[in-house]
Amino acid sequence: MSTIIEAPRSPRVRSSKGRVNWEKWGWLYMRLSGVLLLILIFGHLFVNLVLGQGIKEIDFAFVAGKYATPFWQWWDVVMLWLAMIHGSNGMRTIVNDYASNRVVRRVLLGGILVAAVVLIVLGTLVVFTFDPCSTLIPADQALSFCPVP
Amino acid sequence: MPNEAASTLTTARSSSKRPAGTLYRGNTGMWSWVLHRITGVAIYFFLLVHVLDTAMIRVSPEAYDSVMSTYKNPLMGLGETALVIAIMFHAFNGIRIILIDFWSKGAKYQRVMFWIVIALWVIGTAGFAPIHLHNVFTEGQ
Repeated sequence: MSTIIEAPRSPRVRSSKGRVNWEKWGWLYMRLSGVLLLILIFGHLFVNLVLGQGIKEIDFAFVAGKYATPFWQWWDVVMLWLAMIHGSNGMRTIVNDYASNRVVRRVLLGGILVAAVVLIVLGTLVVFTFDPCSTLIPADQALSFCPVP
Repeated sequence: MPNEAASTLTTARSSSKRPAGTLYRGNTGMWSWVLHRITGVAIYFFLLVHVLDTAMIRVSPEAYDSVMSTYKNPLMGLGETALVIAIMFHAFNGIRIILIDFWSKGAKYQRVMFWIVIALWVIGTAGFAPIHLHNVFTEGQ
């Protein structure tokens, strides 16, 4: 991943003709996802930590109530995908900057990729397969909007 | 505002503009970059943990409430406050980076924008920290 940094203002060289410039799209992704994440994360923090009694009110019922609506399911899943990819790409940049040993760098980059894929898949499955009215939930903890069995 | 590029180049020689207590000469531009990296790494590792703790919702109500009770501990409350403060810096400085890249006058005003970021950061912290610390340090629902 060693990249030669040209002098500032030097003309652009099209060496990789016809090939996708992944670094450019990654650079653009960080900016686009950054703006969206600002809205999504500040909204997330406001609803969960500022409104009402904040963190005191967060429990199973609170999250189950949110995930009973597609709006919050999609809010969290979009936030998950954008943030995991944004964070992983940022960590990739940092590893490329500091890990000069080839093997160490490969291992770290591989770890970042595995963590991203596993957590994106896990988080998406959790949000979309979660059933707030699951029969596995004890009757005394069942949520008020669930049908009484 | 003096010409940014010129002032950066001359800083190494003029002792009057030399920042105290550091060998580094990047000034606010460099420190914003350092803070962006540090806050970014911190937020990344919290994100990994946060996806896992939220996944407990799919295990059982007890599992989720149990992991959430650790977040309500005062020590964790201080950590959450620091995390949100880190997120605010990363978010505001991210907007500054975007403006430097896309706005024709962005590079010229990067130093002014850094201080705007710091001002918004202080205001945001003053708005959030008392609310969250109150929620963490007071008893009862």
